[in-house]
Amino acid sequence: MEMRKDYFADVRQDGLHEIGQARPRLDSPGHVTGKTAYFADRNFPGMLHLKMVRSPHHHARIRSIDTSEADKHPGVVRVLTAKDVPHNVYTILILIQVGPEDETVLADGKVRWKGEAVVAVLAETERAAQEGAAKVKVDYEFLPAVFDMEEALKPGAPLVNEYHGQNYYLYDSGECRKVRFGDVDAGFAQADHILEQSYQSSPIEHAPTETTGCVVAPEGNDRFTCYTNTQAMFFTLDNTSIILQMPGSKLHFVGGTVGGGFGGKVDVIVEPIAILGAKLTGRPVSFVYTREEEMQISSPRAAEMVVIKDGVMKDGRIVARKVTGYTDAGAYSRHSPYGTQKGAAHYPGPYTIPNVWIDTYCVYTNRTPSSAMRGFGVTIGDFALEVQMDKLARLIGMDPLEFRFINAYRDGDMKAHRQPTEGAALIECMQEASRVANWPVAGKYMAMSSYKKGA
Amino acid sequence: MAKVPVEFTLNGSEKAEFIESGTTLLHALRDKIGDTSPKGGCHQGTCGACSVIIDGELRLSCLTLAETCNGADIKTTAGLAKGGVLHPLQRAFLDAFATQCGFCTPGMMMAAKVLLDRTPNPSRDDVVEALSGNICRCTGYEPIIQAVLLTARANSQNAA
Repeated sequence: MEMRKDYFADVRQDGLHEIGQARPRLDSPGHVTGKTAYFADRNFPGMLHLKMVRSPHHHARIRSIDTSEADKHPGVVRVLTAKDVPHNVYTILILIQVGPEDETVLADGKVRWKGEAVVAVLAETERAAQEGAAKVKVDYEFLPAVFDMEEALKPGAPLVNEYHGQNYYLYDSGECRKVRFGDVDAGFAQADHILEQSYQSSPIEHAPTETTGCVVAPEGNDRFTCYTNTQAMFFTLDNTSIILQMPGSKLHFVGGTVGGGFGGKVDVIVEPIAILGAKLTGRPVSFVYTREEEMQISSPRAAEMVVIKDGVMKDGRIVARKVTGYTDAGAYSRHSPYGTQKGAAHYPGPYTIPNVWIDTYCVYTNRTPSSAMRGFGVTIGDFALEVQMDKLARLIGMDPLEFRFINAYRDGDMKAHRQPTEGAALIECMQEASRVANWPVAGKYMAMSSYKKGA
Repeated sequence: MAKVPVEFTLNGSEKAEFIESGTTLLHALRDKIGDTSPKGGCHQGTCGACSVIIDGELRLSCLTLAETCNGADIKTTAGLAKGGVLHPLQRAFLDAFATQCGFCTPGMMMAAKVLLDRTPNPSRDDVVEALSGNICRCTGYEPIIQAVLLTARANSQNAA
């Protein structure tokens, strides 16, 4: 690959020791010899296997749970329900003051999505745990469910999550995260053309080759060692400490080796219940998602809907942008209030627009809780924004790349969420893309710079 | 449940175990014998992470019953390096940056080994075909293909 040295020549340093060099990955020797220790490579004598009884319904009240047959099943050692979990209602981001706690470790009185964990069965073998789980009887009373974000926001929609009290996350700014910059109505009034489009996406599963799981070993000193493939070690440790009401000093988490995560392993799902199982039985516990659970139960990327309205001038300047974004959190918050907030800051994209109005809603539905995945909160937004940019360019008969040069943010520009732009390199990237892709643009664009003095 | 005896050769060493009838070779290798180099990604024969070599054939150990392997010669990635010296495939996977999370790597190397044992100078298409049963969700396929081609080139140069 060619290293271009003419961009940012005044600030670049060439005495770098690492950038541009091929360095061996430190983890590769373990990978190629099969010696890398993933969590499931830990095996302890007497290890129990945990299987979860899951809700077959999208939304239902639990009238009763009968575990008596499961308790008696050969090989079953212990059956856990909500009452066994010291602090059963939690939310991951409580650690950074994003509440309320809204999710149960094991369902208590109600299930809010199909697949929700209700009862945990610990047994001598995977098979006995599976058979024991099949013998748990749960009596459900169906409740009306809502799967569509617009339906969920209508008055009279079934209430998904009582801990919120309404089907959206209540930000300190109200029912949505808001960005207000300039005067968007004046911008639209001034615009030569206005284009409003809506964009939608489905949930996306990460499908890592290694499924979510952990192996827990009780230690002689009253501590628990948890071998896990979490991508969020300290979130997991601290949330486990809260859920089990156990000081962090009792918990020893071993991880960092993840067989593919892509954001799908940042939720705190398997570790607390597995450690609780180990505590209550005094035995090592393995809780590993099956492939089916990985695909159906683990959080996907949220489904999103984005409505973008832009006002554009014939000369190519975008003068107003109004965005309404909806993120489908599913039944519980997990990381979605954060992703939704990130979207609000992001929606102007890497463009400088003088008048911006953004509302982003984090919506609760009776779907599988969504959470993190590669750039969540902005990835779907970027898809929508760049398709919108192409449509706008076509609307005014302008080359789509030149259209982006006209609107590109540059150092010193104030972004809509009040962060001044610094270190911008969009123009230089587009110049190089123009060359490499053989997509020529007018000379004045090739002469532009992210530094305004070079304009 | 009734236990059955199994005996086979694993990476040149003789192994004998009593296992429950119906145990997969993957479970027997990982949980009984302690060779954790084959990985369980799906346990339904679709991801290839559990690939091993049985009597020279590439096999999915998650779909192979251990009791059917009596007398077999089984090879896994854990047996590729000899006396601390990496196998040319292992060297090439390192040099070509062909690992990311590493979970598919042992299965990929088994598939590649069977290809190169039979086809010392494979085309790119041969390599793609040989690896087509192995999923890499980090989607690092291109460096893996390059690593296999690199191994073939190195082998033919050494032979020349």
